[in-house]
Amino acid sequence: MNKTINQKAWFFVVPVFVLVAFNAAIPLMTVVNYSFQETFGNNVFAWEGTRWFKQILLSERFHDALGRQIAFTFIILLIQIPLGIGIALTMPKKGWGVPVCLILMSMPLLIPWNVVGAMWNIFALPDIGFLGYSLNAIGFDFNFTQQPGDAWFTTILMDVWHWTSLVVLLSYAGLNSIQPAYYQAAEIDGASRWATFRYIELPKMKKVLTLAILLRFMDSFMIYTEPFVLTGGGPGNATAFLSIDLVKMALGQFDLGPAAAMSLIYFFIVLLVCWVFYSLMMKNEVKS
Amino acid sequence: MAKITLNNLSHSYVSNYTDADLVLRDVNIDWKDGGAYALLGPSGCGKTTLLNIISGLIKPSKGDILFDDKNVTSLNPVERDIAQIFQFPVIYDTMSVYENLAFPLKNRNLSDTEIDSKVREIAEMLELTSTLGNRASGLTADGKQKISLGRGLVRSDVNVIMFDEPLTVIDPHLKWILRSKLKELHQKINRTMIYVTHDQTEALTFADQVVVMHEGQIVQTGTPVELFEKPKHTFVGHFIGSPGMNILPCQIKNGQINFAGQEIQSNSNIKKNNFQKTQLGIRPEFINFSDKGIPVKIKRVSNTGRHKIIDTECSGGTIKILSNASKDIPSGSAYINFDQKYTYVYGDDWIIE
Repeated sequence: MNKTINQKAWFFVVPVFVLVAFNAAIPLMTVVNYSFQETFGNNVFAWEGTRWFKQILLSERFHDALGRQIAFTFIILLIQIPLGIGIALTMPKKGWGVPVCLILMSMPLLIPWNVVGAMWNIFALPDIGFLGYSLNAIGFDFNFTQQPGDAWFTTILMDVWHWTSLVVLLSYAGLNSIQPAYYQAAEIDGASRWATFRYIELPKMKKVLTLAILLRFMDSFMIYTEPFVLTGGGPGNATAFLSIDLVKMALGQFDLGPAAAMSLIYFFIVLLVCWVFYSLMMKNEVKS
Repeated sequence: MAKITLNNLSHSYVSNYTDADLVLRDVNIDWKDGGAYALLGPSGCGKTTLLNIISGLIKPSKGDILFDDKNVTSLNPVERDIAQIFQFPVIYDTMSVYENLAFPLKNRNLSDTEIDSKVREIAEMLELTSTLGNRASGLTADGKQKISLGRGLVRSDVNVIMFDEPLTVIDPHLKWILRSKLKELHQKINRTMIYVTHDQTEALTFADQVVVMHEGQIVQTGTPVELFEKPKHTFVGHFIGSPGMNILPCQIKNGQINFAGQEIQSNSNIKKNNFQKTQLGIRPEFINFSDKGIPVKIKRVSNTGRHKIIDTECSGGTIKILSNASKDIPSGSAYINFDQKYTYVYGDDWIIE
């Protein structure tokens, strides 16, 4: 086949190119620009090289925030993925229960993030919130505004409440696409409930679970609004995750250079983890 | 191994069913131990439901299932010790071929040495030995279907092996190979096998006894020859054979059959005529051209290579005739005769003998 050579066709790409440039490339390049320079306002810039990157990478503050972020993401993945699969497994497959469950499950996903934060803030307040008051009433010394452990507990509970549904819905879709013959064959082969889950349901859910883990990783690693409204990163810096710390640095202290360097490092961590995870999951796929 | 008896089996998928909801009505079957049987019928005739009832995946609304005179109606598939091969290959994707074959034995807590010898024996039989270490998901469709079959064969306690249209996803040229493999296996292991299909060639080549189903009922059980030569129901007549039986409306008066203004001799013994509709059944194979008889017009002759199929028309309707490809076919108008031995009368679709 002969390829037609028509350089004018490049013009068709121009609108997309301009769009992408203005909404992604140029803002990103601005950040890159800031990350190598010092600014004192009035558009005065001074070249700093890799100083900000070194400073961020070596700073204890960044290490702490990153540590908190990793711990948070790890904990919520550890809770939400098994819990989501578990709920999906117990959901009805037919009848009136299906729409009821699906609607109930979708509800938390439809609530705006800052509303979720405000809701849980009030819900968990030790003096007037239902959760906080009840916990204190039955003898727990619960106060998420002052005790770091309680703040973590509330933040994680909120995220589990808000996002487990996503894992449930994805798992449920994956489970529903399994042909009944697989279950029948497993029954005939004498497989236990666990073996049926391990050798049929889990492998068949692999693709949707990969997606669920990726989405939950990205969202939780970049979480900002909900903890900002709930705890504001406190008490102290106890729940100051990467994004909260970043905003503090950029807008609170107006340290644009270090904040830009931190943004880029943050961005590359997310990108790297997603890429590694996805390639690992898909490597087996190609083999088979 | 077991003989299988089904007593007055009826089934409906709704719990408060009326007669119209029944997908199976009054099925009675007596199958010998070690036989090869086929359930044949079009889609939606209830054959898969019947198979799932025998395997225990579905509980029948009414009736009993007996394995060797033991009532198993309330037992689950594991307790019944059956094996089933499904329409598309069911394999455990994450396991190797070996692990797939070993899986049913592992679940039954056999020792590793026992499992190993059994798996290797069956793999040899199915020509899977060279792929034992491969991941099962990488095999072709026929290889995967062999694994499904193998998982049924490794168990020595299996009462009956059931096939639910197992060749649906297999390439045509491999169908023949796999089908003869099945037949060979049946002779070798001598277990009761039940084969569900809508393909008459598959049913007739595999089974000693074919059960033809139509709208939830068994319309005839018999050897392939019986089904061909003496269909008990008009459905069997046109479902089996290619082209199917000619079913022609006829009148019965004073014990005489009248078709297209002619008196026809048949193999049916008509004593009374209390039917709403009476029909004449004659297979295209058993119609000959003659000097006199029923006058027909030849409409079309198609040559299939081995046969000629002739579409003709007479005052009683259209009649298909099958004749040897080497024979000359008259053109325009002709006369035909029905072979009396293979001509039957059907009253309300059931044969009059």
